[in-house]
Order: sequence, then structure tokens, then C-alpha cells
Amino acid sequence: MLDRRDFVKQLLADRGDLLVVPGLGSATYDVAAAGDHPLNFYLWGAMGGTAMIGLGLALARPDRRVVAIPGDGDMLMGLGSLATIGVKQPKNLAIVVLDNAHYGETGMQPSHTGAGIDFVAVALACRFRQARAVTRIGETAEVRRLLHAGAGPLLINARIKAEEVPRVLPLRDGHAIKQRFVEALRQH
Amino acid sequence: MHSPTNIETSWPDTIYTHFRRIGIRQVGYVPDAGHSRLIALCRDDPQIADVVLTTEEEGVGLVAGAALGGQRAVLLMQSSGVGNCVNMFSLLRNCGFGCVVMVTMRGEFGEFNPWQVPMGAITEDVLRLCGFLTYRVETADAVDEIVGAGCDMAFNGNLQVAILLSQRLIGPKQWTK
Repeated sequence: MLDRRDFVKQLLADRGDLLVVPGLGSATYDVAAAGDHPLNFYLWGAMGGTAMIGLGLALARPDRRVVAIPGDGDMLMGLGSLATIGVKQPKNLAIVVLDNAHYGETGMQPSHTGAGIDFVAVALACRFRQARAVTRIGETAEVRRLLHAGAGPLLINARIKAEEVPRVLPLRDGHAIKQRFVEALRQH
Repeated sequence: MHSPTNIETSWPDTIYTHFRRIGIRQVGYVPDAGHSRLIALCRDDPQIADVVLTTEEEGVGLVAGAALGGQRAVLLMQSSGVGNCVNMFSLLRNCGFGCVVMVTMRGEFGEFNPWQVPMGAITEDVLRLCGFLTYRVETADAVDEIVGAGCDMAFNGNLQVAILLSQRLIGPKQWTK
């Protein structure tokens, strides 16, 4: 099992041109903790929509790599979007699920994934080009390579420990988050 | 593709012309009889990415992602689909993503299926409560003006605009035995 903060920090190290869409709750805090960046589109709501925001962005900017980072609850709520992404086959889109098998924001109630529901199998059934689970921090470098150079759509199910970590709160004003992102992307 | 010239049947072409005029690059939709011609026009256009959704709610995320990447997107749905989107519409409002939703109405004029009525009867109110400007189109000759104005408002001002295409315009669903 992975330490979520270590994993996300290593995942986003030397991120280059990467466009990052973290899902609401702990995923947004983890991405903020790895270092604020104008090309992070932090979500504070829109549960279930993280992967689809990634798809819209990946279709709009086929020249850039896009990673959506939902938690397991977010991904479960938008499970159908894996089928939608599988139809479009965006080569530049990766989904990294931070899967602790619990709903961390609401009191650590167990999620479906703890009962064996498997995003990797779902993604492969939805015609993702690659899908794999990651449980050891030593695998992160390979995952990072996939984010930057692997043919998508790809899904990484990162099995993280179910633990409370200090919250790191980024920008919360939706207009400001959007505007900062759009202007940064326009410039480089 | 056959090109109808009668205004009673060519209104989807008029909508498509506005999509081209304002530079729509992504269209999200759940397959729909009322939108079938418009969907076909968008699918045939290499400038437009057509994204078929499993539920209309996915399209809201698509619009936001497209806008982050500098592209304009629209959603096509039935009135029933509006109900599937309610919480996700917060994303558009919170961040000021311009969006046009073209809604084919069910559950009103000539509807034979009472199961469509409860959602159809509240669709416009729901959209307004979610922060949308709403415009209704009752007749084919009004499509050009209303769709044009709605598209301009949405993308000039990053507003959420819904255009409701009445069941009278579309015609009641045709059932075969």
C-alpha cells in the first residue's frame, strides 16, 4: 500500500507540460501538497466528473498530456465515463485513481473497491489501452513514464493506505482556478 | 446526406450553422430521436469531436474540460437528461464556464407516454434554478434567431444558456407497432 502524499509528489515530480485535474476531497489536497501549479484544475465538487473533465481537456489539447486524479468514490460515481472514454480513445489521457477503498471525506466508510470491485478490470473492459494497479512506491517512476509517454487512454489504480493526513487547501474560488489555468495554458 | 429545404424539417441544419459560426469544437450527447439530424451533422464534421455519453451528467464535465483547453462545447439532451445533471451543473456556475444546452422536450405537446411528463413539466424551472438562462422555441421559423442569440450570450459572457425545443416543434414521438 502506498503513502498517498509520497506517491502523488513523486507522480508529479518533473511534471513538464502535464495538465492535472484532481478530484474533490483528498485528491485535490494531495495535488496541492505536491506543490501548487497554475496547470492544476482543483475540484472542490463535481463528484463523478473528474475523468470527463480530463476527456474534454484531452480532446481540446491533443498536443498535451492530461492526467485526471479521482479518488475511488469519485471514480465509482462516474464509472460510465470509462466507457465514454473508451469509445473516444484519447491517446493523451491518463486516469490515476487514488484508491483507499474508503470515503475519506465523510468518515472513512468502506467503498465498493474494498469489496473487490476492480477499476483495472473495468478499464480494460472499456478498451483502455493500458490499465494496471500500483501498490509499491518503487513503481511510481514507471507510472510517471507512462503519464508522459504511454499510449492512452490509460488507467492506474493506485492502492493507497486509508489514513487521515493533514489537509492542504489550495485555491477554492472556481472562477480564479479556471482563469489561472486557462491563462497559463494559453501562454505555454 | 439529404439536405431538406423545408423550414419545418431543416431547423437542425440551422442550429448546426450556428454551431459552426461560433466555433463549437465538441458536442456531447446521449442518442435522441429529436436531435438525430443535428447529431448526424456534427458527427460528419471533422472540426467537431462528437462524444456519445452514457449519461448527460458526463457532458457537463466534458464542457468544462473543453473550456479549460480553449474549446467551446455544447450539449444535446432530452428534457429527462436535465434531471440527470443537476448537481454537476454546479461546476459550470461555480467556475463560469460558458455552455449551451439544446434540450428536446418530452412530456408536453402530444406526449403519449405519461412517464415523460413529470420531468418534462419541471425541466425549464430546474434549469433556471441551476442558473441557466432559458429560451423556448415553439416554431421552426424562430429557431435561427433564438439559437443565434443564445449561443452569442453563452460564449460572449461565459453564461449557461439552455434552449428548449418544444415537442410541438419536434413532433410527438412516432411509434410503430
